[in-house]
Amino acid sequence: MLTIARELVDKIVAHARADHPDEACGVVAGPAGSDRPERFIQMENAERSPTFYRFDSREQLKVWREMDDRDEAPVVIYHSHTATEAYPSRTDVTYASEPDTHYVLVSTATDEPEFRSYRILDGVVTEEEVKIVEAYG
Amino acid sequence: MAIEVRIPTILRSYTDGAKAVDAKGATLEELIGDLDARHPGLKARLVDDAGLRRFVNVYLNDEDVRFLGGLGTPVADGDTVTVLPAVAGGAR
Repeated sequence: MLTIARELVDKIVAHARADHPDEACGVVAGPAGSDRPERFIQMENAERSPTFYRFDSREQLKVWREMDDRDEAPVVIYHSHTATEAYPSRTDVTYASEPDTHYVLVSTATDEPEFRSYRILDGVVTEEEVKIVEAYG
Repeated sequence: MAIEVRIPTILRSYTDGAKAVDAKGATLEELIGDLDARHPGLKARLVDDAGLRRFVNVYLNDEDVRFLGGLGTPVADGDTVTVLPAVAGGAR
């Protein structure tokens, strides 16, 4: 299950809407081992495409180093699908490599954006419940 | 002195959990060969017949080696090589 603050959900959805019809992507970092998303990091989609996303490699290095220095992990990696449902595509599954990360997908194909979360391990996709909270207890 | 290679979580099973390991070589290709001799299996996760795998990013200090000389990029003692899984995907 992904437990995430409403403020972060709103930021992810706002980013997805702002970049529509291109796919938007980013990270929510949190203390390593906590499984608690805290720090919203909007990333550049180096592909600027409606059907593909890729973190800009230099920006990724900078952000990953920053997380390392702060003893954080990428608790959530999110991206949007802009014409299809919020379910991982074959490409998403092929690239997914973080066993402890919640892969969040937002679909902006409909007026009310879909917000769903998955674990992707060794090519197997498992959808999980998303619990949106006002604040972490 | 050697070259420090920073290993991402997903590949630490090859390095007994180490976040960083040392290796030697004059080019990135030699370095990866030496890395594989010390940590067998690592090379196949980084390169295939066509060169660097598209699922990984390899950096020499602060630069993506794809913008340098790829596998032929010269490396020297004191350099740091960082490996990160590429983050990508999309509807297609």
